[in-house]
Amino acid sequence: MSAADVVEPSAPLSRRARKWRLGRERALTGLTVAGLFLAWLLSTHYGLVNPLFLPSPAAVWTAFVRTATEGYQGSLLHEHLLASLGRVLTGYVLACAIGIPLGIVMGLSRDVKAVFDPVIEFYRPLPPLALYTLIVMWLGIGDTSKVALLFLAALPPLTISSMQAAAGVDPRFVKAARSLGAGKAQLFRHVFLPACLPGICTGMRISLGFTYTVLVAAEIVAATAGLGWMIWDASKFLISDVVIMGLFVLALTGVALDFAIRRCERALTPWRFR
Amino acid sequence: MNWTSLRGPKLEVPAMPGPMAARAHLAPAQDRGRLAIQDLSIAYGEGAGRRTVVERFSLDVAPGEFVCVLGPSGCGKSTVLNVVAGFVPPSRGRVMVDGEPITAPGADRGMVFQQATLFPWKSVLDNVAFGPLMTTGSSSTAEQTARTFLSLVGLAAFEKNYPMELSGGMQQRVGIARALANYPRVLLMDEPFGALDAQTRAMMQEALLNIWAEFRTTVLFITHDIEEAIFLGDRVVVMGASPGRIVADIPVDIPRPRSPEDHFSDAFVRIKRECFELIRAETMKAFEQQSGMAARAAG
Repeated sequence: MSAADVVEPSAPLSRRARKWRLGRERALTGLTVAGLFLAWLLSTHYGLVNPLFLPSPAAVWTAFVRTATEGYQGSLLHEHLLASLGRVLTGYVLACAIGIPLGIVMGLSRDVKAVFDPVIEFYRPLPPLALYTLIVMWLGIGDTSKVALLFLAALPPLTISSMQAAAGVDPRFVKAARSLGAGKAQLFRHVFLPACLPGICTGMRISLGFTYTVLVAAEIVAATAGLGWMIWDASKFLISDVVIMGLFVLALTGVALDFAIRRCERALTPWRFR
Repeated sequence: MNWTSLRGPKLEVPAMPGPMAARAHLAPAQDRGRLAIQDLSIAYGEGAGRRTVVERFSLDVAPGEFVCVLGPSGCGKSTVLNVVAGFVPPSRGRVMVDGEPITAPGADRGMVFQQATLFPWKSVLDNVAFGPLMTTGSSSTAEQTARTFLSLVGLAAFEKNYPMELSGGMQQRVGIARALANYPRVLLMDEPFGALDAQTRAMMQEALLNIWAEFRTTVLFITHDIEEAIFLGDRVVVMGASPGRIVADIPVDIPRPRSPEDHFSDAFVRIKRECFELIRAETMKAFEQQSGMAARAAG
């Protein structure tokens, strides 16, 4: 649910009033973006800031084109992007495959919860970088340790939300289904799983967002490609246009990922979007 | 719509005993749906904390009969229904449908709850098709049956909608269709209109009578609303509280089909007065017991 979904008008608005309201919100958003861009453009154009720290939009665009066509440190931009996405998605998909079933079982069995809950609750608040030092010691500096860190970052939101979703299934649905003749397997497939899905989807969204934010941390040690590594590496040489360009690409990719997972959510739980 | 059209497509009958076999000789409720509750007692807890909720409850419901169980809140009327549904085991006595003792929930007893417990993730059609799908395993058969029952409750046009898009009264009609789609021997209704506003409730009562006129299954209807019980039932079984037991079994000799006008008939008013006095006496007794217990707890 985005912030816009949460804002509820105090009184029911007419269709026209709602349309106008939405139009105004969009206009405000557009003005903010345009204003920020203009401020950036003017402050660099009139030399109000040191271009070493804040290069002009044109310089960032040039960096973008250069990296996309000639590459940065041996890899083209899309190769950096794919390297990063590959790591994020590998860690994330693995975490989904393990975390969701684990969370469901934890929600159903207090014994299983008693086993796994302390482990997850212990490492969950640790800063990813702190955790990463240990992972590198154990798994080396290759891709395995990076994926492992992303996996560990993705896991807690998934298990916690799946656990809560499984424990929170309305018993009245179960009762209704049983009185309609549903057996155990049918109950699980037709009632339990769909009842859990909204909670699981929320967890999947939170998890993907969080995993993505850990990306830079995962790539600062001994990577040769990846958006996070590119930004980190460029910052060491004060190549600020590449840094800012990289941040833009990271942000846009993050928005695209969130959009994609929202689409998945819609496809998986269509009844919530009517 | 006549009875034969309600039977829908001929259902496949897999080799399985019990309710499935009964489906093959589905007939207008003459020999099917006899409910017998014999000397039923329900108690919770152990030792000194043991509390009897329902005591020596005996009730015979003939096939196709509409019996309303009326009682003050907390008299255990819903608990009785839950025993018939198979969710609560009896402490003593037994419950039988067509001579078969009840041991577990089953598709032969359809249940309609106070809140329409429709599955929000399924369309209206899939909700009604749920029971037939569970018992026959064929989704095309289930959908055909579901369409028949959706038109029975007048909601054929809403089959693609999700339950959330329907009003409370419409949801409850879907709930009734869903329970009927299994061709149950007994329809169990647990204050199904309790959560609706007064106008919708009145409409739903009439709708239910119309549905029942077409699909004459045995109905056990739980309510605390005196007028609802009289308007709907062939009999009104009045329960007293702590412990829950039957205090009166009143036949409702108002001819069918009934109309809202019947609320003002002499017979209706007479039965209403009788029920009112019984319920009031039971409620007073329960109040005194409660304040007595409170006084003892305080003293």
